[in-house]
Amino acid sequence: MTRPLVAIRSVSRSFGEFQALKQVSLDVRAGEVLCLIGASGSGKTTLLRCINQLTSIDSGGVWLDGELLGVRQVSGRLHRLAPREIARQRLKTGMVFQRFNLFPHKTALENITEGPVQVQGRKPEDARSDAMLLLRRVGLAAKADAYPAQLSGGQQQRVAIARALAMKPMLMLFDEPTSALDPELVGEVLSVMKELARSGMTMMVVTHELGFAREVADTVVYMDHGAIVEAGPAAAVLGSPREARTKSFLSAVI
Amino acid sequence: MRAEPTLAAGFPDISGMTVARRARWRRWLAAAAIVVVLAAIGRAFANGQIEWSYVGRFLTAKVILEGIVNTIVMAVLAMALGIVLGVAVAIMRLSPNPVLRSVAAGYTWLFRGTPLILQLLLWFNLALVFPTIGIPGLWSGRAVDLMTPFLSALLGLGINQGAYTSEVMRAGMLSVDAGQYEAAQAIGMGRLRALRRIILPQAMRVVIPPLGNEFIGMVKATSLASVIQYPEVLHNAENIYYANSRVIELLIVAGFWYLLVVSVLTPLQMLLERRFARGSLQITR
Repeated sequence: MTRPLVAIRSVSRSFGEFQALKQVSLDVRAGEVLCLIGASGSGKTTLLRCINQLTSIDSGGVWLDGELLGVRQVSGRLHRLAPREIARQRLKTGMVFQRFNLFPHKTALENITEGPVQVQGRKPEDARSDAMLLLRRVGLAAKADAYPAQLSGGQQQRVAIARALAMKPMLMLFDEPTSALDPELVGEVLSVMKELARSGMTMMVVTHELGFAREVADTVVYMDHGAIVEAGPAAAVLGSPREARTKSFLSAVI
Repeated sequence: MRAEPTLAAGFPDISGMTVARRARWRRWLAAAAIVVVLAAIGRAFANGQIEWSYVGRFLTAKVILEGIVNTIVMAVLAMALGIVLGVAVAIMRLSPNPVLRSVAAGYTWLFRGTPLILQLLLWFNLALVFPTIGIPGLWSGRAVDLMTPFLSALLGLGINQGAYTSEVMRAGMLSVDAGQYEAAQAIGMGRLRALRRIILPQAMRVVIPPLGNEFIGMVKATSLASVIQYPEVLHNAENIYYANSRVIELLIVAGFWYLLVVSVLTPLQMLLERRFARGSLQITR
């Protein structure tokens, strides 16, 4: 078996008294689409944020593409990496937020080119033409010069996906990408994500959209109280869960 | 087809009627009272011992015009210094580094905690403490020659302004949603780049109204530099009335110019606000 793209080993994280993650271990293969489901407060968003280091971990380790994240091992001790190193590691992941977090003072196109030009030092013309391709891919070529406030929630989230893709990440992280959307706008975002999954992108998706998970995910992970309760092929976990807690969660959601 | 509900008995038919304007007689009364008071004040001044011909003569006197130019130059330069310092100190204040945070807090504490006029006098009299100042081995000069009224006023006003502006900038930066900083980090930006490209441009929108306020304050605060011989408009007006004893007339001249400068600033602020409102839906109009 080949090395997993993401290897999470015994990761724990507490916020004060609250234990958000308890000794979580998980593998994600390249090209895999993995959906994290569970009640709010179960730790799925925290786990996602640990992978692009928006949240630091207390113990355990996360390896991305074979590289240990956030710390370096020097003569038997772990040293925290400099902010510059952490920023470099973040470039391997793209993040899509629940509340879009587009830059409101920049147009859709400028939102997408900001990272490639400012961080990766690419030529503005090249970044712009790539950004136009991405906008076309998410169906928003006509909205290149619109500001976020002029876009619907679904359109904003599609721009946010294009912004993350512009950095050419090897892993895309989605943190409840449709939870802040009006029901009629959920479909357009999910269809962009489906297309992305078909193109072979490795994706980790925190979601409440079980229909999407059933249709697109290779693996579904059910979390509860900071721990993974059940993980396996989507059809198995969603169709015939083994654990009682998974069963009761699924019956409550559907 | 849905049947339209019909007017039931007991509801009078008001279709076709218009809403009459309310009689605002209290407003008229208040306005009339204000006009009477203003007229009385105007009459008092007109009959008071003011030689209006002096006001007219000195309004555009060369010394006064030079004074107002010096006032504007000092206000602009000191405000620019204040904004540069304010942004730097605000960034330090929000830094994860406790040393930078303490330095920033100490700066704000020191320069907000003492009167501006005292700081101006200290800068101007620096030569009493340090007869020569300079960088060892590189350059040095006599403090008396260096600490001109201009430089003393610029340092005093600008550094003091920086302490206030830092708090305005900090408030602006805190007003930007934390998700913006996370989104900037997620595309690989470091702290300073995220501040410069993402956070500060959004903070500017919030910060311009209070900064406009601060700038207006600065225009008037330059008058304090008259105590250290900086030839701004009030200082020059004073020099004239020391000679001709037309105190009130020359104070009116200076007051007129301050009002005029401040009046010009307000539309300039509107222009700036519009520039930084890019991408936001207009709340007014």
